[in-house]
Amino acid sequence: MTQHDDGPRPLPSRRALLRAGLAGGAVALGGPALAQLGKTNPANLPPNVADWSKMLGDGVAVRTYGKPAKFESHIGRRDVSWLTASPQSSVSFTPLHEIDGPITPNGLCFERHHAGIAELNPTDYRLMLHGLVDKPLMFTLDDIKRMPRVNRAYFCECAANSGMEWRGAQLNGCQYTHGMVHCVMYTGVPLKVLLQEAGVKPNARWLLLEGGDASAMTRSLPLQKALDDALVAYRMNGEMLYPENGYPVRMVIPGWEANMWVKWLRRIEVGDQPWHTREETSKYTDLLENGRARRFTYVMDAKSVITSPSPQAPVNHKSGFTVLSGVAWSGRGKIARVDVSLDGGRNWRTARLDGPVWDKAIARFYYEFDWNGGELLLQSRAVDETGYVQPTKDELRKVRGVNSIYHNNGIQTWLLHRNGEVENVEVS
Amino acid sequence: MSRSLKFALTGLALAALAGAGATIVGAPDVAPAQERAAAPVKKLGIGREATTQEIAGWDIDIRPDGHGLPPGKGTVKQGEDIYMTQCAACHGEFGESAGRWPIVSGGSGSLATHDPVKSVGSYWPYASTLMDYIRRSMPFGNAQSLSNDELYAVTAYVLYLNDIIRDESFELSAQTFKSVRLPNEPNFYDDDRETAEKAFWRKEPCMSNCLPGRAAVTGRARVLDVTPEPGKGPKVE
Ligand code: HEC
Repeated sequence: MTQHDDGPRPLPSRRALLRAGLAGGAVALGGPALAQLGKTNPANLPPNVADWSKMLGDGVAVRTYGKPAKFESHIGRRDVSWLTASPQSSVSFTPLHEIDGPITPNGLCFERHHAGIAELNPTDYRLMLHGLVDKPLMFTLDDIKRMPRVNRAYFCECAANSGMEWRGAQLNGCQYTHGMVHCVMYTGVPLKVLLQEAGVKPNARWLLLEGGDASAMTRSLPLQKALDDALVAYRMNGEMLYPENGYPVRMVIPGWEANMWVKWLRRIEVGDQPWHTREETSKYTDLLENGRARRFTYVMDAKSVITSPSPQAPVNHKSGFTVLSGVAWSGRGKIARVDVSLDGGRNWRTARLDGPVWDKAIARFYYEFDWNGGELLLQSRAVDETGYVQPTKDELRKVRGVNSIYHNNGIQTWLLHRNGEVENVEVS
Repeated sequence: MSRSLKFALTGLALAALAGAGATIVGAPDVAPAQERAAAPVKKLGIGREATTQEIAGWDIDIRPDGHGLPPGKGTVKQGEDIYMTQCAACHGEFGESAGRWPIVSGGSGSLATHDPVKSVGSYWPYASTLMDYIRRSMPFGNAQSLSNDELYAVTAYVLYLNDIIRDESFELSAQTFKSVRLPNEPNFYDDDRETAEKAFWRKEPCMSNCLPGRAAVTGRARVLDVTPEPGKGPKVE
């Protein structure tokens, strides 16, 4: 998707080297409310008593829908404006360095739209199911909400995540190198329930999933996946889907590339062969060194990244006890283990998985160590329950070349400098 | 995909649907409550029948075998006018792109080089994809506005820009469609990572002295610094 292959594109003028201030962690803040952040006010510290300890704050229902503290308002999705020609056909990235645990907050899930955000009125929402079925059906949103439902947490990763890094280190920040992934708890109806309602004909093999936005996004889905774990979802983390994530109904195709998770789902057609739509031919096919291309590369290979320390999350202490944290996921099942290297892949130690480790979901890992204040080359390596071990970037390039854009799951290296700054590098 | 392959594709009607995770009548219920699928064995009777008219309004997909081709026709010559007024501003007069919009032509012979250009002519496997995509998504910002005749004509013109159709008087229609083949079709093959990349499944991942010598930095993002400035991008309240 976020192809950098569609035509000439001016690179932005070179920016100054990472600013020294970034190490302070407070550079990106905007707005007067935040002017004080980073500076300590002795009036708030003991033995003095802070204002907030004396005065009343907002009452209930002033904030009918809560949002993060104003001191956190610098946190957000970001785009890379030189990547695409139009913000309606573009991508914004999850700030992985600003969150913890396995779940992504709804408002921070990366966005990828092909014709902007469709704003659907839920009363006018219809889902059509037709083709090789006994009886073509039409569902309203209420119909879908009446059906038996399940709750499942799954990661959703764009196949082009890390796609800018095939030829070498390009972007300083895990938000940009790895931020086209999120993990939320979906509530939805197993797709097989809908198929059962319509009655699938014996010669059915494939489904076409179609979105209701102005790109009418379409992907072909093998019927066996539809009958396995695909969901027709309408809630994320308990809330109704956000418009940018396909409100009111989207597909969830666990472990498979995000482009197939059609948003604003309006139509499912049952057929006996794939459609070869633009998103599974022109895009989302993996061009190899010899000029041939793999198609239907649905599964997302196991992958991990250290989110802290990372270029946008530098270390603020000089040495001593340090928590390294990161995320790992695999489209083939559960994460079995994550190893961490501090010396650029020479030696590895097993990190601690913490919190739930679900099937095809993000798992959070930690590695606690005593930092001696010296330079480190940080890497993480995911292993999933099928025994797949996340490869190095060089191993991946050896078998795929550098032209494939998609499915770059190579091991990421961060260089931690003595001053706590962190840089995206490649190592021998 | 290996795990899901276990669900045999045979007899896909109700029996298999129920078998693929639902409670099987008579079998001891040993699955942990959380793992039990929510698929009921009986139909729910939810939803109403979709009418032929409703389906016709939304069913716009076209397959390589011609399934879904609408009635209508259009020539390269007719397509040129449509392309110039409705497409060229973004995609360029010759499909070479005007600015940073996607190209829709060029790149032939480039796929195995280090600067591959993937266009309709150089990369796409099927002409049906082009027509299907224009029909649903283009012109960008005014989707699903072309008539069937306009659609055939402008598709023919884009194929002409790609040297796939060479005769300006060629008329594209459901009948002539099957004569159009794209040269790169044979160069696609199904995902084979689980065999071609078998080496990535390792019994014992190396834990110590895995690579010779000390790691040296061979590349840095700072050299080509394209990271967006902090604070750029959409404002978050
Ligand atoms: C306002 C600019 C604009 C106009 C006008 C426009 N397009 Fe596009 N076109 C785009 C953008 C943007 C994309 C990529 C959309 C995406 O992937 O999200 C695109 C994609 C395409 C593609 C697919 C390219 C590829 O390699 O996958 C084709 C083919 C195409 N357009 C044909 C047309 C035709 C034919 C017309 C006129 C009827 C047209 N476009 C008018 C902007 C435009």
